[in-house]
Amino acid sequence: MSIEAREARQPWILLAPALSAIFLLLIVPLLFIVVYSFWLRSAVGADTPGFFLDNWKAALTDRFYRDILLNTLKIAAITTVACALLGYPAAYFIARSKGNKMILLIMLMLPFWISYIIRTMSWINILGVSGALNSALIWAGIISEPIQMLYNETTVILGLTHFLLPFMVLNIFVSLDGIDTSLEDAATSLGATRWQAFLQVTLPLSLPGLAAGGLLCFVLGAGTYITPVILGGPRDAMFANLVFEAIIRQLNWPLGSALSLLLLMVLGVLVAIYNRYLGMAQLAKGLG
Amino acid sequence: MGRRVNLGWGAIRLYTILVYIFMFLPIAVVVLLSFNANQFGSFPMTGLSTRWFETLWQNETIMRAFRTSIVLGLMTAIISTTLGVLASLALVRYNVPGRNLITTLLIAPILVPEVVLAVALLLFLNFLQIGKSFTLLLMGHVIFTLPFVILVVQARLVSIKRDVEEAALSLGASPRQTFLTITLPLLMPAVAAGGLFAFTISFDDITGTLFWKPGGIETVPTQIFSMLRNSISPEINALGTVIIVMTVGLPLLGMAIARRMNKTSGG
Repeated sequence: MSIEAREARQPWILLAPALSAIFLLLIVPLLFIVVYSFWLRSAVGADTPGFFLDNWKAALTDRFYRDILLNTLKIAAITTVACALLGYPAAYFIARSKGNKMILLIMLMLPFWISYIIRTMSWINILGVSGALNSALIWAGIISEPIQMLYNETTVILGLTHFLLPFMVLNIFVSLDGIDTSLEDAATSLGATRWQAFLQVTLPLSLPGLAAGGLLCFVLGAGTYITPVILGGPRDAMFANLVFEAIIRQLNWPLGSALSLLLLMVLGVLVAIYNRYLGMAQLAKGLG
Repeated sequence: MGRRVNLGWGAIRLYTILVYIFMFLPIAVVVLLSFNANQFGSFPMTGLSTRWFETLWQNETIMRAFRTSIVLGLMTAIISTTLGVLASLALVRYNVPGRNLITTLLIAPILVPEVVLAVALLLFLNFLQIGKSFTLLLMGHVIFTLPFVILVVQARLVSIKRDVEEAALSLGASPRQTFLTITLPLLMPAVAAGGLFAFTISFDDITGTLFWKPGGIETVPTQIFSMLRNSISPEINALGTVIIVMTVGLPLLGMAIARRMNKTSGG
């Protein structure tokens, strides 16, 4: 074999293990559940292979599923907006501060490393009936009986925001940090106020980071399973909880496949729109 | 004008401090309550005590979950880092045709919601007669840690200059010698960072794990999850504190090591 041919083959040898893992453990399984979603669950024994539309009909027309899907998207959207509102000023402060940026950034990223379930349950210590907030209010004499603040949609959004905020901050920071500050100075020296300079120069240039952070928050938020179970009430189920119910509890795998794929398609449309306009490179930048 | 700028900056600073408080307060309360002497583990605190850590240490179920999580995390880290470093080398060092498509494929597990990934893998491997088992758990963890490893390792690899290797080659070293004595040592911080990242993500994972774990096997997060069913106990806060120390301490340690190695190796 010539040296050129060997040189050309080398990267594929290096890529082969990772690509086959993705292929066998992600792509093929996804294609498999597409097929599986058309099978039919049997009351006893193995599921019936075939081409039945029953699961898809249920997933797409049942009001129960539709309401929970819409509710899931709503919760993800509110969470994303909350993350942007909390994260943008913080990222801006970190990017423009004269102190040690890296320390500030690492500090805000630390919770990202802390176990998701610990961070989620930590809110019970704060908002629970015998939690910090109730104790403080009773101590201050504002209330005499503890209030139940937990187990509703607001606490689900709160928990999700706490979980996803670092993703948002990091992505915005990466794009703000790449903007030359002299651009803003140039704008102000030409007569713009600081605020105008920010709105017309910095903000538009940082939008790719905001979009990448927003996409991550939305996709991760909409796919969440644990937060509604721990911080939500019985009526705050999100779509992933439905999938879990179908697959693990009811063992209705064909229906569970259809529901999973529905979630994947809805979020996939968002990812595709994002990819069309901004490309995956921005996302890779913010994650690495 | 200058006054207004300072005022605006001051407001942003205050806002940022509040955001930091929002992020850290619940975590600080977990740590605080884990040292609570009060037997219900709630406020008001009656004193400081380490009794919850002692009960934790004696709780065989939790200790077993710890061992499972650590073994799973280490195996995930080894496999994921090996695959990730090889793929990153190919992407950074060679002109691979279809580079963007390959990158998108490799980071796809991040973009697929974890529940969907969990369902797909569970059903497919079950079809192949591999039921819920440690093997399934391991494969699942490898697949969703891989993209993170690749992103971290790639970012580090870009900073290693090719010139050093070319110098070695031109001075008569064989490609094999060059790789072992030049590239690999320079690569070590990236390998360490990737491995640590994979370990932490695997150690923390709960959603996929709940789908994949066989009955009787618990990892630390699923153990906490099943303990939470009743109510939050001081023991959970103590366990939380241990994990916080581990998950914050390990990456910081890793970063410090990576930095030191970077300095000594002149990268």
